[in-house]
Amino acid sequence: MKAIMTVSAHDRVGIIASVCTLLSDMGVNILDLNQTVMQGIFTMTLLVDTSTSTHTFDEIRSAIIERGESEQLTIHIQRTDIFDAMHKV
Amino acid sequence: MLNISDIMQTVSMIDHQHLDIRTITLGISLYDCAHSDIKTCARKIYDKICMKAEHLVEVGNEIEREYGIPIINKRISVTPIANIAASCESEDYSVIGHALDDSAKTCGVNFIGGFSSMVQKGFTNSDLRLINSIPETLSSTELVCSSVNVATTRAGINMDAVAIMGRIIKRTSELTAKNDGIGCAKLVVFANAVEDNPFMAGAFHGEGESECVINVGVSGPGVVYRALKDVKGESFDVLAETIKRTAFRITRMGQVVAHAASERLNVPFGIVDLSLAPTPAQGDSVARILEEMGLEVCGTHGTTAALALLNDAVKKGGVMASGHVGGLSGAFIPVSEDEGMVAAVNEGSLTLDKLEAMTCVCSVGLDMIAIPGDTSADTISAIIADEAAIGVINSKTTAVRIIPAPGKKAGDTVEFGGLLGSAPVMNVKSESAHEFIARGGRIPAPIHSLRN
Repeated sequence: MKAIMTVSAHDRVGIIASVCTLLSDMGVNILDLNQTVMQGIFTMTLLVDTSTSTHTFDEIRSAIIERGESEQLTIHIQRTDIFDAMHKV
Repeated sequence: MLNISDIMQTVSMIDHQHLDIRTITLGISLYDCAHSDIKTCARKIYDKICMKAEHLVEVGNEIEREYGIPIINKRISVTPIANIAASCESEDYSVIGHALDDSAKTCGVNFIGGFSSMVQKGFTNSDLRLINSIPETLSSTELVCSSVNVATTRAGINMDAVAIMGRIIKRTSELTAKNDGIGCAKLVVFANAVEDNPFMAGAFHGEGESECVINVGVSGPGVVYRALKDVKGESFDVLAETIKRTAFRITRMGQVVAHAASERLNVPFGIVDLSLAPTPAQGDSVARILEEMGLEVCGTHGTTAALALLNDAVKKGGVMASGHVGGLSGAFIPVSEDEGMVAAVNEGSLTLDKLEAMTCVCSVGLDMIAIPGDTSADTISAIIADEAAIGVINSKTTAVRIIPAPGKKAGDTVEFGGLLGSAPVMNVKSESAHEFIARGGRIPAPIHSLRN
């Protein structure tokens, strides 16, 4: 399944490393990544493929949410369909 | 990959602007549950609903997690019970009401609609039995919703039914007096009821519907409100276009969810209903959208025009976004469920008369309005008659969901809790309509009903 991850937080060292290491540990493949810092707020969007992982989507989602809570990151993971539907005619 | 700002816009709509799927409603036909013994009929109904809706909540939760969109309610609508119970040799249909309530609890849904009857032209014996069972059923169940269609543009207005429903609303309120008459919050009197409405309390699975169907209701007043903030001072053309674009996006989201639910439950997709349905939460109000258009407070002069523009633009945006747009699609104006409406009533700007005018152009009608407990049944019937007339003449759905709050007078407040919110008790006219309602019979269908 392809999904979009969004990460936002106050900018600091190691956010990308933390998120990407978690994804790597879970076998989730990153297809695309976009990152910017605006007025001190770090924002990153990732296009990921969860089919390369041995974990279920729910397990991956839980691990991501847990990481977000422990490191004060606002993280979402959502199927890509929803963004395609809302922003492409 | 998608544009980063588009992605963040969607996330922000969900996180900060209350964008959600308001309901996934599974419509279930109960025609094969008819039986002369009412207990057997009730058992068959319970069994069928539990079988068909077994996975509804689980699938709803699964979609919620995968798509990251809150799905607030999972609900069930069924064939109008007056049709199913017609062959039962029993006067009291509350037995079936309890079976509906039990099945809803077993399936984990938060409402079940369809304790209903269609009497726009006349009553069958079964219709009368069902209507007379409404007060007892709504006071002894938690999740059952009831609706009665008393008028259509084709048939005119059944004024006998209008008269009866005034008394039924009063009785329902009396039986639920301990909770400020909350039974009436689960009872809708319709004109031109639609058969595929996924929203409660008026949802039922119409006669023309298939065995089972998935209908999805999407909401998002907060998203429209936020979008309008960006076009402050612009012309109405820009305003309408902005609402259309926003409605399109929201409905597309509903379409994706509807298809996912339909596929996973192996049930055909029916319609997406994009209705701006407010909640008592701050920032989720239809009244605040109207005020954002430039009105000092909702209910002042200009409100009807603002609502007309909103309702129409929502429909136009939605219709492009889904293969099948249906239900009520437009803007709801329930008073107790809308923080801005409550504030406008408390300020004295929004009155029952103005709300009635607004129902000419909104997608439903007088909704979640508390009135003094000593309001007579005739006056309630007269309010229903006015509302039905608006629906019949304008070929639109109108409805009355009105709560006479026992022991309360105008200016008091009633608390319903949860999504139903709290409502200021509104003033009604004290002059009688008794002789008008006592006439009985039918108000004929308007001339434009003769379209063949």
